[in-house]
Amino acid sequence: MSVPTNLKYSKSHEWVKSEADGTVTVGITHHAQELLGDMVFVELPEVGRELKQKEECAVAESVKAAADVYSPISGEVIAVNSPLVDEPGKINEDAFSAWLFKLKTKQCC
Amino acid sequence: MLKMTPLNQTHRDMNAKMVDFGGWDMPLHYGSQLDEHHKVRQDAGMFDVSHMLPVDIKGDNVRGFLRRLVANNVDKLTLPGKALYSCMLTPQGGIIDDLIIYFLSETWFRIVVNAGTADKDVAWMLKQRDELAPSLEITPRRDLAMVAVQGPNARTKVWQVIPGSQAATEELKLFQSAVVNQYFIARTGYTGEDGFEIILPAADAPSFWKALHAAGVAPAGLGARDTLRLEAGMNLYGQDMDETKNPLESGLAWTVDLKSERDFIGKQALLDTAVTQQLVGLVLVDRGVLRSHQQVVGQHDGAEYQGEITSGGFSPTMNQSIALARLPVQIAVGDEVNVVVRDKKLRAKVVKYPFVRNGKVLV
Repeated sequence: MSVPTNLKYSKSHEWVKSEADGTVTVGITHHAQELLGDMVFVELPEVGRELKQKEECAVAESVKAAADVYSPISGEVIAVNSPLVDEPGKINEDAFSAWLFKLKTKQCC
Repeated sequence: MLKMTPLNQTHRDMNAKMVDFGGWDMPLHYGSQLDEHHKVRQDAGMFDVSHMLPVDIKGDNVRGFLRRLVANNVDKLTLPGKALYSCMLTPQGGIIDDLIIYFLSETWFRIVVNAGTADKDVAWMLKQRDELAPSLEITPRRDLAMVAVQGPNARTKVWQVIPGSQAATEELKLFQSAVVNQYFIARTGYTGEDGFEIILPAADAPSFWKALHAAGVAPAGLGARDTLRLEAGMNLYGQDMDETKNPLESGLAWTVDLKSERDFIGKQALLDTAVTQQLVGLVLVDRGVLRSHQQVVGQHDGAEYQGEITSGGFSPTMNQSIALARLPVQIAVGDEVNVVVRDKKLRAKVVKYPFVRNGKVLV
């Protein structure tokens, strides 16, 4: 696994990727999944929800603990990675591919 | 400074993720807790449980002392090597610890106690010894290590590694033990699978561990140990019970002998106290994960009640969340309860535990 260089990170261990179309994709970092251990449950925000920066919007639970996921940026949820709900272990396999949700945002990042 | 078992360096050499477990530096997992769990259910895994403490009690009439010291009846131990699970109680009936007693001879019993309670257990035993049987010798055995090898193939793997052990142990029934050279081999465990718990000299532990690994036994950490014991419906001291709870409200009535004339410490309190709570199993119906200390709420005959999850988690074998919870005795198997998880109330069903035994889901 290599750590991508085109990402930004939040203090609460989310990664943020700016897409070419102006949207952003959000996931949790490799380091976060390593701290948590095997993931067993993911709860994603509803599409259409307006999120403020630092708002709790998803939950990632491992065998060990539950971790709240905070939106690193304000915006509207335009997509969620629903297959993760049935296969939370994908986050352990590759945290940077296993995105959680995409936002349409007004501010620039 | 964390305490270390004789296998500490061995765990580090195997890339274990180490954690502080009640003051002990212990392996949580060696990569994947889920893989380790499945390996024990389906094949064979091994746990370093050297943080637990064997305590030898020797002298004349150890049995008489134990009749008074613990809640289960040591008179059930008639065959040398036989083991008994019991609680040791305060005079108020609270659980000081749960432990396993091995009957080796009329002048030698061995008790294995939990790590976190070991100091207070030994202090309590010495105090009772001084009052009841001052001639007995009570010796904590920190010179010994303990390895649990568990899973459907565990015994076969141990036989491959310890010369002469097959002949000595293949006829052992559950809760029986035998001594083979420097190895004390008991058919006990904390996973709901077949296997052995093996007590051996500390210096021999690393080579024994490596030999088991070479024979195909997977190292497993405390993480898998916790999910395995929860599926097996086995109590964890400090979570499912402590000194503020008695065995009758902790799912352990089967370990308390109230029928015989024998007077053990805590007996009168148990006889005098009405049992209002029980431990039940819960299986989560909605999506989510049950965790210890979550509140359980519901209605029974129109009245609101509350309870608490004592141990909760994700069951890798069932692929859903399960828990042990302390609820009023009126709540019955089949009832539906609500568990408060963050801002939601999730539905869970009350079941009779164990959830899983010998690789099979029972609920």
